[in-house]
Amino acid sequence: MTHLAIPKTYKLYIGGAFPRSESGRTYEVTTSKGAFIANAAKASRKDARDAVVAARAAFSGWSGTTGYNRGQVLYRIAELLEGRRAQFVDELRSTDGLTEAAATKQVDSAIDAWVWYAGWADKYLQVAGNGNPVSGPYFNISTPEPTGVVAVIAPATHGLLGLVSVIAPVILSGNTVVVVASESSPLSAISLSEVLATSDVPAGVVNVLTGSAAEIAPWLASHADVNALDLAGAEALEWVDLQIAAADTLKRVLPPESGLPALTVDRVTFFTETKTVWHTKALI
Amino acid sequence: MTMEASNTRWLDYAPAPESTSILHLKKSYGLFIDGDFVAGSGRSFTTISPADEHSIAEIASADAGDVDRAVAAARKAYNSTWSKLGGADRGKYLYRIARLVQERARELAVAESLDNGKPIKESRDVDVPLVAAWFFYYAGWADKLEHAGLGPNPRALGVAAQVIPWNFPLLMLAWKIAPALAAGNTVVIKPAETTPLSALIFAEILQQADLPNGVVNIITGAGETGSLLVNHPDVNKVAFTGSTAVGRAIAKSTAGTGKKLTLELGGKAANIVFDDAPIDQAIEGIVNGIFFNQGHVCCAGSRLLVQENIETEVVDRLKERLVTLRMGDPLDKNTDIGAINSRAQLDRIRALSDIGEEEGATRWSAPCEIPAKGFWFAPTIFTGVETSHRIAREEIFGPVLSVLTFRTPAEAIAKANNTPYGLSAGIWSDKGSKVLAVADKLRAGVIWANTFNKFDPSSPFGGYKESGYGREGGRHGLAAYLTNAVLQSGANK
Amino acid sequence: MTIEQAVALAPASRAIDLIGGDLTEKSLRLHLEGLPGVDAVGLEARAAGLGTRSIKTTSKAWALDTIIRLIDLTTLEGADTPGKVQSLVAKAMTPDPSDLTTPRVAAVCVYGDMVPYAVKALGPNSGVNVAAVATAFPSGRASLPVKLADTRDAVAAGADEIDMVIDRGAFLSGRYGMVFDQIVAVKEACRRDDGTYAHLKVILETGELNTYDNVRRASWLAILAGGDFIKTSTGKVAPAATLPVTLLMLQVVRDWHRLTGERIGVKPAGGIRSSKDAIKYLVTVAETVGEEWLDPRLFRFGASSLLNDVLLQRQKMTTGRYSGPDYVTID
Repeated sequence: MTHLAIPKTYKLYIGGAFPRSESGRTYEVTTSKGAFIANAAKASRKDARDAVVAARAAFSGWSGTTGYNRGQVLYRIAELLEGRRAQFVDELRSTDGLTEAAATKQVDSAIDAWVWYAGWADKYLQVAGNGNPVSGPYFNISTPEPTGVVAVIAPATHGLLGLVSVIAPVILSGNTVVVVASESSPLSAISLSEVLATSDVPAGVVNVLTGSAAEIAPWLASHADVNALDLAGAEALEWVDLQIAAADTLKRVLPPESGLPALTVDRVTFFTETKTVWHTKALI
Repeated sequence: MTMEASNTRWLDYAPAPESTSILHLKKSYGLFIDGDFVAGSGRSFTTISPADEHSIAEIASADAGDVDRAVAAARKAYNSTWSKLGGADRGKYLYRIARLVQERARELAVAESLDNGKPIKESRDVDVPLVAAWFFYYAGWADKLEHAGLGPNPRALGVAAQVIPWNFPLLMLAWKIAPALAAGNTVVIKPAETTPLSALIFAEILQQADLPNGVVNIITGAGETGSLLVNHPDVNKVAFTGSTAVGRAIAKSTAGTGKKLTLELGGKAANIVFDDAPIDQAIEGIVNGIFFNQGHVCCAGSRLLVQENIETEVVDRLKERLVTLRMGDPLDKNTDIGAINSRAQLDRIRALSDIGEEEGATRWSAPCEIPAKGFWFAPTIFTGVETSHRIAREEIFGPVLSVLTFRTPAEAIAKANNTPYGLSAGIWSDKGSKVLAVADKLRAGVIWANTFNKFDPSSPFGGYKESGYGREGGRHGLAAYLTNAVLQSGANK
Repeated sequence: MTIEQAVALAPASRAIDLIGGDLTEKSLRLHLEGLPGVDAVGLEARAAGLGTRSIKTTSKAWALDTIIRLIDLTTLEGADTPGKVQSLVAKAMTPDPSDLTTPRVAAVCVYGDMVPYAVKALGPNSGVNVAAVATAFPSGRASLPVKLADTRDAVAAGADEIDMVIDRGAFLSGRYGMVFDQIVAVKEACRRDDGTYAHLKVILETGELNTYDNVRRASWLAILAGGDFIKTSTGKVAPAATLPVTLLMLQVVRDWHRLTGERIGVKPAGGIRSSKDAIKYLVTVAETVGEEWLDPRLFRFGASSLLNDVLLQRQKMTTGRYSGPDYVTID
């Protein structure tokens, strides 16, 4: 007896739930050779809006957790990903046309990326912040804090590793994120969402939209409740226009990358704000 | 040996004017390009004293050709001298500048008060000493950049275009030039149209310091000159301090150009006073927070959030204190409140204050005698202000305080953060754990606890949200003027 | 007698009015501990700011004369003799023999056993008061009966004012009630047969209280217990008067006035030697409690060498040239 496969319905990931697009739209995800794999939800501007609301709602709680706690949450993601390696390898092989070895390498790298960034959660403050020797009787310290809600255009390639490379550095400091997944390779984004949903990441910390980045990105770039914009995967879009739209509310904007974003603590600190606190000091 | 007029209060004190004889001003000033003063091609303008509207000097205006020349001079200086100089030598030039500023401190202070309208006690005791401190601090960084935590081999960006405001003319110049030169960049800077004087005296200091030609170019003019400068295709870095509206325009016009941009923009800071505050110091802090420099301070504590159970007491004490403030001649050593910088700014302060009354807030102004000439606005408090009032939301940039109340720390935090700005905030309480927890929750770049409006070259300054991005001061201030190899190359593994 | 005497009141009545009739150690403690805290950095910054006022020409002339009028010209040495006190009194009455327009000082301040000599030397209607330090000055380390006897003795000898010290040991160990009771008792001992009181200045010895919070509490305590003046120091402990401490005590006095309408005096003592410093105190008084406090009934300088510096400055203003120490008298 052969088992008749049950295809998965790929939906959006917003506020910890998996809704269809409010627009009811889907688009076909195909293999690199054009064969049908699945229908993915095609997010609308209203889905983007809902995702920003979910991300904002999650910000206070997530940014209020300790770095040690967030580090463990990120590490837990790596643990769960490890357990589902085969699924991700399969998806990458079908959507990205990778060899098993290449797909495996990418999944392993994605796992390692979570582990690497997990370790930064309780350390980036020490690297990016410092006490300041001001001339006067004041305690004075500068520390980075999460910027807020970050909208991210994920790399168009490297469906899984690209996504992890932009999400992990943003959320480890306490930001929440709305990410537009690779249009051509959305399956690992949704599968990653399933991992996130079953890990310890609070609802709304990561929100994943699939569909047309060209259509959704302008709404995110101009959204007044988005604090920063990572254009990592926007090289093929009209990204200068996105940057101009972002300027209306003075969003911090990271320009497009030509390839896969490197793992670096600079990606972490870019999405932080340095806060400097002064307090008087006196014995009497 | 008795007081002459029996109806005069001793408290009014006899005049104690700082002499202007220390100033040796020229009748007119050109643009400082490539080490020399040259004529500008734009239409020159007059800078006046806002205290009595008398003309101080004729100032050149840079047109597009002048901006080209200034940027070309900076580029040439970058390529031929400054980028080839070692960090230690760059540092020595900055130390020289710092010393010259100290030597000519009194002169610079007088020029600043004359041109800007701020009290001489502030220009003498705050602005100019901080200018020297800023150059000293960054001088020491010039040969230690690899230790700044910004990567193993940080490099200069090239030519920096800098546009600064009129509220702290020389101090803002120092905030911009000192880190730029320490990091190895060359500079074209444009001071504000209403306050060019101290920058032009500073140009003479650069000549005395024998700074290589073209390393710093100072061009004067109005907003159009600034726009030409920041949009010049051959600048690598844009640094702007000023209004959020202009900052937004610069962010748009530099989008996609690859110019590194830092913005220090407006604010509407909350100054939160809890009922366990050290009350006398809190009152002083409120006064210093909003009436320092006539309230022409982007980080001014313009929204007083006072715990409801002490509102009456705080407001009463505040009014009593404001009655003792002396408004008048900025050059008088006893003046606490100087002149509003320009007629345009005075008009804006008046307009917003009128709106405050129309919206139903209660206005109280200190009973100051307003001089006949010049631009003046008495220290003013609005009570009964609601968060929805425009005076609680818009930056007035003048000596106007809006008083709001709260009942719990959570409410104070929510109200403080309820603004598109996020530059600074104040907290007054004797309870350390509360102070630190509130500081954690405030979305602002600088938090002053039991103090306000303190600045130091080692302490980063800059905002969240629409108050801009990037930091000035400290190790963080260097990052604005250095390449970040990892993020800019987009390097892949 | 030009300086008004305190209105006679039951000594503890201020405390009873404010805290309630069931005045106890506990209620007193709760009251004092409920006072707002002091941030030292802000206090000192404010004092420094007041110190930068530039006082010129007519304002300076008025200030110099005012300083003289506010001085408690003091000698508090183990080596004091009737002759020394007589000499001090002569100086108090005629500070500058070369300029008889120079005002007289507010008071001479001496040890209790010197009071008769001071009273005698001043004679009637001098306009200069006699202040006596009492209560086992400067340490205050004696039993209460001894302190009271010390006080009564000075009052009986004709002292117009008593400068008492508080028990700093008791204060620092938290026995506020004991400090309070002693001040009340001393105040009672200031009572003359005719029902009037010698003016009571309460010396806090702020240099030993150490913190500004303590200074605020002690000031408040001294006022509650019936002090007419609060005074910084004995002059025997460093630091003696400082501008921040005086500013803080003026703030207490201002708050008391705001609360009750009653005016309490402040006396910085020890360490104020130059006109320049003294003018900073005048500025601080004027800008904190108002100019009306620049009156010997409400403000004094406890000083000895300050007077001569003021006289030198005064001569400079009159003649237009700098004077020298040989042109003012030693005492």
